[in-house]
Amino acid sequence: MIQTFAFYLFAVLMIASAVLVITARNPVHSVLWLILAFFNAAGLMVLVGAEFIAMLLVIVYVGAVAVLFLFVVMMLDIDFAELRAGFIRNFPLGIAIALVLLAELVLGIGAYRAGEIVLGTPTGAAAPLIGAGNTESLGALLYSKYLFLFEATGLVLLVAMVGAIVLTLRERDGAHRGHQNIGKQVRRKPDEATVMKRPTIGEGIDL
Amino acid sequence: MDYAASFYIIAPELMLTGAALILLLVAAWVRDAAKLATIAAVVALFGATFWTGHLLLDPSFDQGADAFGGLYRMDDFGSVAKLLIYLATIACLVVTPRFFDRRGAYRAEYPVLLLLNAVGMGMMVSAVDLMTLYIGLELSSLSSYVLASFLRDDTKSSEAGLKYFILGALASGIILYGMSLVYGFSGSTQYAGIRLAFADGLSTGALFGVVFVLAGLAFKIAAVPFHMWTPDVYEGAPTPVTAFFASAPKVAAVAMLVRMAIDAFGAQIDAWQQIVIFAAMASIVVGALGAIGQENLKRVLAYSSINNVGFILIGLAAATPSGVSAVLIYLAIYVAMTIGAFVAVLMLRDRDGEQLETFTDIAGLSTVRPALALSVAMLMFSLAGIPPLFGFWGKFVVFQAAVQADMLVLAAIGIAASVIGAFYYIKFVKVMFFDEPVREAEIHSPAGHWVVLGICVLIISPLGYLLTPWLGAIADSAAAALFTVV
Repeated sequence: MIQTFAFYLFAVLMIASAVLVITARNPVHSVLWLILAFFNAAGLMVLVGAEFIAMLLVIVYVGAVAVLFLFVVMMLDIDFAELRAGFIRNFPLGIAIALVLLAELVLGIGAYRAGEIVLGTPTGAAAPLIGAGNTESLGALLYSKYLFLFEATGLVLLVAMVGAIVLTLRERDGAHRGHQNIGKQVRRKPDEATVMKRPTIGEGIDL
Repeated sequence: MDYAASFYIIAPELMLTGAALILLLVAAWVRDAAKLATIAAVVALFGATFWTGHLLLDPSFDQGADAFGGLYRMDDFGSVAKLLIYLATIACLVVTPRFFDRRGAYRAEYPVLLLLNAVGMGMMVSAVDLMTLYIGLELSSLSSYVLASFLRDDTKSSEAGLKYFILGALASGIILYGMSLVYGFSGSTQYAGIRLAFADGLSTGALFGVVFVLAGLAFKIAAVPFHMWTPDVYEGAPTPVTAFFASAPKVAAVAMLVRMAIDAFGAQIDAWQQIVIFAAMASIVVGALGAIGQENLKRVLAYSSINNVGFILIGLAAATPSGVSAVLIYLAIYVAMTIGAFVAVLMLRDRDGEQLETFTDIAGLSTVRPALALSVAMLMFSLAGIPPLFGFWGKFVVFQAAVQADMLVLAAIGIAASVIGAFYYIKFVKVMFFDEPVREAEIHSPAGHWVVLGICVLIISPLGYLLTPWLGAIADSAAAALFTVV
């Protein structure tokens, strides 16, 4: 019972926020709606008993991808004074969304504890789980049977990182470095630092 | 699963990975570590080469061995391909620093990326599982994209990198989509499982998967009709990187394609044979015709590599042990020819150290640098497949395999197109020996370049025929390793 209720809540909210992602006029709001959609998708995953995918959704999509989007959007030319203007007016809406998220959290945990939702009768025999939950099973497979691929994937990511740094990092030479060289400042003598000039009246000065 | 045995088998990859990780740290902490890193990388590659050779010759591994429960397979085929890959990578690495030094763009990350690329290529040729194949492919491709744009201040190099990246990512996506279809319709990512599932017929969905995978792989080996990126990337990328692209990754991609076609899809040869035949014919013709109007030497060599891929695919189209053996022999000779040709292009510089890259630039080269001109002439005659040189033998074994497999038309078209191709190879000779000099070429080249060029020329010279019994035996045993499962 609680699962069905939670399912419809998550599904409706997800579709609604997905629609709002593309209809919102303000790109920052779009990204925030997108985050809400991700949260609801994670809730749906919890309902079918795939808590690992739910965690991935929250950690990877909400934690990294959406924040990245937010950074990009923030770089756009947006008038933040105008954005802040409606804070008091939108405060109730913000509180409402926060309450909905809280309710979802409670419902989601409740539904998860009540057991996973039954989607249909499976036709084939699924492989038996190794551990207690699917997080444990995945971990057991990933670090034993697929150890080789797991480590190789790490190398792929390392190459991506090295490549990004090699192609974009520009080492500035000493003269343009931002920090001060105290030793050089202390060693400086008056005759290196100052120049005496006697400019003739009515003419410019060459330094 | 026995981890100790698995690690013993993948020791070459482990060695290269370890070297790459250590060099990455060295690059971060030591100033001007580029030269040091290059030498260390060459040493690591030699170590991997020796270990691979040891595994190849060790009688206890005559039947090959699986590592990590059938994700990775070490057999004669993979070992031969890996030897070629490592040696080609060493040759490319040796000639690299001088090119970048002039622009002050050489960094210690270059050898590191090359080492990781070699790891990926090793995985590609040894993969007997779609997942291993894909990760190896991405490891190799991703570092290739970075290498292509290594001269980041150079517009052409950046353009080459971007083009390669976008098109390469598209091809990877196509391969992945095909793989998901193959997996979905066969229920296995392992080649043996796929083969078993496809043994009694191929459903439409699975056929789609096979076609997608082959299309994506055709992109990676630059076979027509997925060759469009090749001339641009080869021209734009720094010349040592182009030499690398034309040699080692090509060997890896071809070996991977052969293993996949013969092993995973071996039960349904009819499904892919006509695709390979078309790609072979089209590559030979387009490679031969496309090069004719080109003025830039690197573009000409890019078309030449497309042309050569066509000949290699003829061997695969035969789908017989002798065909696969011919593919390996052709690859070995092709690597020597193509590295020799690119090293020669690298050695062509004017008095100010500017690279000479067009036909007008090399006019009358024989008067200034007779030895270099003679080497280029030999390489070009060999690429054209003119008999006393070793390039002829590669073409001969490929056509022999095609004729034995009753593909006379394919062989006839191949021979006809190779005559067209001879035109631009001989144009090199004509321009170098009979035209008036336009620009003054640099007189001296460093010893490292001469050593690499000398070895390549020695292999493709008529002396190369002394290698035939040995090369033939190794290629035959490597090809047999793929067909033992049949």
